Amino acid sequence: MTMALLEIKNLHAKVEEKEILQGINLTVNAGEVHAIMGPNGSGKSTLANVLAGRENYEVTSGEVLYEGKNLLEMDIEDRARAGVFLAFQYPIEIPGVSNAHFLKTALNGVRKYRGLEELDAMDFLTLVKEKMKLLQMDPTFLNRGVNEGFSGGEKKRNDILQMAMLDPKLGILDETDSGLDIDSLRIVAEGVNALRNPNRAFVLVTHYQRLLDYIVPDFVHVLSGGKIIASGDKELAVHLEERGYGWVIEGGAKAVGA
Amino acid sequence: MSAPNKALEELTGQDYKYGFVTDVEEDRIPKGLNEDIVRMISAKKNEPEFMLEWRLRAFRHWLTMKEPTWQAVKYPPINYQDLYYYSAPKKKVKLNSLDEVDPEVLATFNKLGISLAEQERLTGVAVDAVFDSVSVGTTFKAKLKELGIIFCSFSEAVQEHPDLIKKYLGSVVPYSDNYYATLNSAVFSDGSFVYIPKGVRSPMELSTYFRINASETGQFERTLIIADEGAYVSYLEGCTAPMRDENQLHAAVVELVALDNASIKYSTVQNWYPGDKEGKGGIYNFVTKRGKCAGKKSKISWKYPSCILQGDDSVGEFYSVAVTNNYQQADTGTKMIHIGKNTRSTIVSKGISAGHGQNTYRGLVKINKGASGARNYSQCDSLLMGDKCGAHTFPYIEVKNSSAQMEHEATTSKIGEDQLFYCKQRGINAEDAVNMIVNGFCKQVFKELPMEFAVEAQKLLSVSLEGSVG
Repeated sequence: MTMALLEIKNLHAKVEEKEILQGINLTVNAGEVHAIMGPNGSGKSTLANVLAGRENYEVTSGEVLYEGKNLLEMDIEDRARAGVFLAFQYPIEIPGVSNAHFLKTALNGVRKYRGLEELDAMDFLTLVKEKMKLLQMDPTFLNRGVNEGFSGGEKKRNDILQMAMLDPKLGILDETDSGLDIDSLRIVAEGVNALRNPNRAFVLVTHYQRLLDYIVPDFVHVLSGGKIIASGDKELAVHLEERGYGWVIEGGAKAVGA
Repeated sequence: MSAPNKALEELTGQDYKYGFVTDVEEDRIPKGLNEDIVRMISAKKNEPEFMLEWRLRAFRHWLTMKEPTWQAVKYPPINYQDLYYYSAPKKKVKLNSLDEVDPEVLATFNKLGISLAEQERLTGVAVDAVFDSVSVGTTFKAKLKELGIIFCSFSEAVQEHPDLIKKYLGSVVPYSDNYYATLNSAVFSDGSFVYIPKGVRSPMELSTYFRINASETGQFERTLIIADEGAYVSYLEGCTAPMRDENQLHAAVVELVALDNASIKYSTVQNWYPGDKEGKGGIYNFVTKRGKCAGKKSKISWKYPSCILQGDDSVGEFYSVAVTNNYQQADTGTKMIHIGKNTRSTIVSKGISAGHGQNTYRGLVKINKGASGARNYSQCDSLLMGDKCGAHTFPYIEVKNSSAQMEHEATTSKIGEDQLFYCKQRGINAEDAVNMIVNGFCKQVFKELPMEFAVEAQKLLSVSLEGSVG
């Protein structure tokens, strides 16, 4: 059997002395889409941030292997360059820095790490315009400051554009659907779907089933109290929508064989 | 300390790279300040009688003045008797060309990236280089002369164009203006002089580079720029100094005069030694810079103090970036005095504080009674790097004409962990990320700078945040 892309083993992590993750086990293979659902405060976003290496999230025990390597020992930027991409719940504004400049710097950092030639301005523009078309983004976006004055939907789309450009192996979407109207949600979902391929995996962190109508997952996991308490296929998400998280937490999910 | 703060500390903690000392023979007059010293300076420079009288009037007035205490900066009292007021690289004869300049001095400017010989051949910028108290060389002089433009050292202008000096010296900043300006008027040693004749557009950027080399020496330079009717000039100024334990004093005066329809664009990058990480050494910088839009529809845009908008429809613009690092303190700002009708002014000030730096912006916008239809827009933004620095903003507004329109905006932001994390998560390393964020913050100002200067300013910021870009 081939090596898993991501293997999380008994992961415990705390934020400001509070233990949030209490033994996560999860294996993600290339090509798969995993949805992680759960009530507020269950640890969904913490998991996403720990994988990306954010400071102030302290791993207390457990192990995370990415392509067989110890992910937890890598710097934030090296994780990114090695192909771990986090789409933010609230993408950050960097005033005065143009999207084009930001993207080109990021892309060339990533390409250098992967042993690829850095792109010059012309090749970069060709590539970025092609990707923007895919996400139905106006080319004037390139000249605007990074997320500066963007609407919620524009920010999320910009994150997806960055993902399309940086060509990650593992895309982690942290509540990408929050604050999106239905049209933006569809566009973002279409962008993600277009990026699905046998070499790339996604971990979708979401509170609602809604996103999963557009991005159909291979697996659905329910996170509660810092642990995955149920796993199943996309049907599990449908049941959750109907019966609420309380039903799984009380053990109901086992009854449907999830 | 959290990881991002540590990264910031490493980045901002880099050493000042212009801190070397040049070993040249110096011609100094004795320490201290009295009438004899003022006479000695004037004599050294072989000045005409009117100059000596002007200096002496200033000196006598200075004795009656008190050192101001309104600034937000703190420093131990300066002993004005314990300073040298004149220091020049020793030379035997009057300099006729760059070839005669002390090679050590030329090498210094080379090291600073200001190659006087090459500058003349390669770039479109004319440079006047001032080393301690005297101007050591002005490039492109001949070419500018063909257009009637005078660009030379102040001392030379006193000799060659006494009428212009008599007419305009002190016309914008009178010798009695303020403590440091008055001291400067008494003992100023050299500086740059620019005159652009009627209707002439200077074909190149004019630039002066100041370097304090000698120890325990005050540098008092004086710059006078006159744009006659319809003339245009863009002028740049840069400054550096060696690293020394004692504090050095810099008290400059800049006067700009824009006549009818004339336009002056003045920019400066000040990258003084900020002192070391314990707060030892550094430069005391007290500067009076003022422009007078004397004519109708004249325009001055620049960094640093005040603009008097006297002519109707005249325009004043002020763009500034100030950086403080280590224990550096800065108290900078501008004054826009609206006198003429329909005068307009814009102020954009960006302050960056790193280490234990304290940055203060102080701005006055005054609309006089007769200035109907005057407009001002002010924006002051501060960026804090780390958690030990500070930023302060004091805007003052005085409006005496009800038709005036005023707008003021101010923001303070921190280079957030969020921004750094976002950049890193996209594969950008910490150093590039900080440079990017800081440059983005300053973009509004940098886009106003002449091209070559903008590049230099960006480099200054991005290399180290070690000095002060202003």
